[in-house]
Amino acid sequence: MCLALPARIVELTGPETARIDLSGVRKEISIALVDDVAVGDYVIVHVGYALTKLDRDEAQRTLELFASAGLGPEAAA
Amino acid sequence: MKYIDEFRDGATARTLAAAIAREVRPERRYHLMEFCGGHTHAISRYGLADLLPGSVEMVHGPGCPVCVLPIGRIDNAIELARDRGVVLCTYADTMRVPASEGLSLMKAKARGADVRMIYSCADALRIARDEPRREVVFFAIGFETTTPPTALAILEARRTGLANFSVFCNHVLTPAAITHILESPEVRDLGIVPLDGFIGPAHVSTVIGSQPYEYFAEEYRKPVVIAGFEPLDVMQAILMLVRQVNEGRAEVENEFTRAVTREGNAKAKGLVAEVFELRRSFEWRGLGEVPYSALAIKSAYADLDAERRYGIAYRPVPDHKACECGAILRGVKRPADCKVFGTACTPENPLGSCMVSSEGACAAHYAYGRFRSATPGERSHA
Amino acid sequence: MPDAAGRRRSRYGRPLDLERGRVDMTHGSGGRAMAQLIEELFARAFDNDFLRQGNDGAVLALPPGRLVMATDCHVVSPLFFPGGDIGCLSVHGTINDVAVMGAVPLYLAAGFVLEEGFPLADLARIVASMAAASREAGVPVVTGDTKVVEQGKGDGVFVTTTGVGVVREGVDVRGDRARPGDRVLVSGTLGDHGVAIMSLRENLAFETTIRSDTAALHGLVGAMLDAVPGLRVLRDPTRGGLATTLNEIARQSRCGLVLDEAAIPVRPEVEAACELLGLDALYVANEGKLVAICAPEDARALLAAMRAHPLGERAAIVGEVIEDPHQFVQMDTRFGGRRVVDWLTGEQLPRIC
Repeated sequence: MCLALPARIVELTGPETARIDLSGVRKEISIALVDDVAVGDYVIVHVGYALTKLDRDEAQRTLELFASAGLGPEAAA
Repeated sequence: MKYIDEFRDGATARTLAAAIAREVRPERRYHLMEFCGGHTHAISRYGLADLLPGSVEMVHGPGCPVCVLPIGRIDNAIELARDRGVVLCTYADTMRVPASEGLSLMKAKARGADVRMIYSCADALRIARDEPRREVVFFAIGFETTTPPTALAILEARRTGLANFSVFCNHVLTPAAITHILESPEVRDLGIVPLDGFIGPAHVSTVIGSQPYEYFAEEYRKPVVIAGFEPLDVMQAILMLVRQVNEGRAEVENEFTRAVTREGNAKAKGLVAEVFELRRSFEWRGLGEVPYSALAIKSAYADLDAERRYGIAYRPVPDHKACECGAILRGVKRPADCKVFGTACTPENPLGSCMVSSEGACAAHYAYGRFRSATPGERSHA
Repeated sequence: MPDAAGRRRSRYGRPLDLERGRVDMTHGSGGRAMAQLIEELFARAFDNDFLRQGNDGAVLALPPGRLVMATDCHVVSPLFFPGGDIGCLSVHGTINDVAVMGAVPLYLAAGFVLEEGFPLADLARIVASMAAASREAGVPVVTGDTKVVEQGKGDGVFVTTTGVGVVREGVDVRGDRARPGDRVLVSGTLGDHGVAIMSLRENLAFETTIRSDTAALHGLVGAMLDAVPGLRVLRDPTRGGLATTLNEIARQSRCGLVLDEAAIPVRPEVEAACELLGLDALYVANEGKLVAICAPEDARALLAAMRAHPLGERAAIVGEVIEDPHQFVQMDTRFGGRRVVDWLTGEQLPRIC
């Protein structure tokens, strides 16, 4: 359930609102559930609300984890 | 789309598929339940089953808040719109769910009820502000992902003194449902479900964190891997579960580290705790009464609680006699095992909860898996 | 002829107030008000020899060949959207219906059901758009009708257009002609129209530069038939999108189809909008695109002819017809697995789950 997507914050439009961009589609959403949001951050958006920030370092690490899957469980530990 | 497309890469999928195939032990099967409807959808949409070895079977869990919404609650929503003349704001997912008397919210709308499809509960607030002479009710559904926005809407309505707005609350809880699957007496009567592990929901976990799942891992000795929403996330999670099962471990692991922490979103959880409290029991379609599995609005916000405001009386409505959704939601039977699957019960005319939403086990199998079973020589996983 | 003040003289006394006037019941009652509406708004905009004769119908000269007729009812809401409006949509839609039968569209008829209270300014805008589309396509509106319904019984305006055309010799384009081995082509990016409309729907609003792709495709079809006269199937994937159209063809031709997801052209913005709303672009409406099925040896020539035309620049081969007693439409996903692309269960709705 819970269709949610990572989208980039392109503008802070109010104390608790921001505009996100997803491949050129823009929408104003609420950031009331997340603190310290800045332009350029990525947030996970669900029903018009940001739920959390996306940790870009972790995202990179996860992609590397996928790539190393071929090396076996020891390498992934 | 950044942070989306990279997690859908086909070449990486093949690497992960090969790893899974290499690590499954030949002498055993792996029954893994993906709790979340979004994961069910991803598995179907990307044809993930084609990439898994035959010994890995994905069992679709009850993590679809539309599927598990009892008919009686939809009847209540229709009543509010049709008989009490409110503007009923709802997410589109509920519009076509069949309720009593051959009605649905869509059909009630066709007969003149003011039912409005919205994308966000903020839209319901806006409608209430724009139409001060109408009573506006927001039909709130969803697991823990969707609950914080509802909490915000209620707090906003209170803060601005919005007098014509209320919420019909049907929010349900993930850990309670998982517990119920693992331990309810009916499940024991039907035979222990041979579930080896769980893929934990992605976005619910961004809110509640990974901590709540530690209970299952410990108490029931079942591994849980929280997985992101994209197909590579699901495959990686399956690999991690296979490893845990092979090594006899039962831990909570987090694959979705880019969005999930152990504590989750404290701010969101705090807002939910401010507005909602646990119901002692709540009926889940297909699962029966599940204790401490759903939320109600606290009495401090009684004026914003549609159930109290309109004196809504809940009348349970049993499912069709031949419906096997209960067993399917618990992973004991498969859609194809149901006598009415694909005949009397189809996506156009769903008899039970599993066929209602596109992520329900039966709807997913009907849309994506049916052809696989029809093709001779192919495995049937869906 | 304009008078001293620069206003057109009307033989009905005062000219139509196209700025502030509204449709009322007299405009549909058959009397002078209706005649004025027809003359000063409709006929003036469409202006051709047929309409100038002022008869109830039009006598048409038809070139030799088999006659094709098609009709379309248009109820789109909102009436005005990025890239078009109900007016040009209704002209393009029927021209395309005739064209995908392999026919050259020749004439159009247009019927309007107007809601009492509808602003004449909007009606004038719609009719002007229709007239422009008709002129640009070279297909005149030769006859029409208008009625008015009470306020609340319409959605502003409903338009029905009917078109006739003639199929050239040797062309046989039908939904049941697909054969195993044939190639499936699309003329361009999918989902543009549906997303453009949805971006304006209350409660779903998002900002996007996506415009409806509404266009008259008979020129493109002509180029395609010139290159491949033996073209088997042509259809325009409107409501229900590519997926619905292909399921229809699979059923008519009693065969299966396999698509290659990576080959299907979709604009990144359209893809993003679909992701946000939980929609599948394969099921989203198009109003300026074609699906074509041809013999495998003709695919390259067909693709080249399509890409050479301005409305087919992003044409692509997206799949193949196969033997399949189940008549499934399947797709090899970008991810590597295969899935079925089933019939839609009612209109696709956005979802949160």
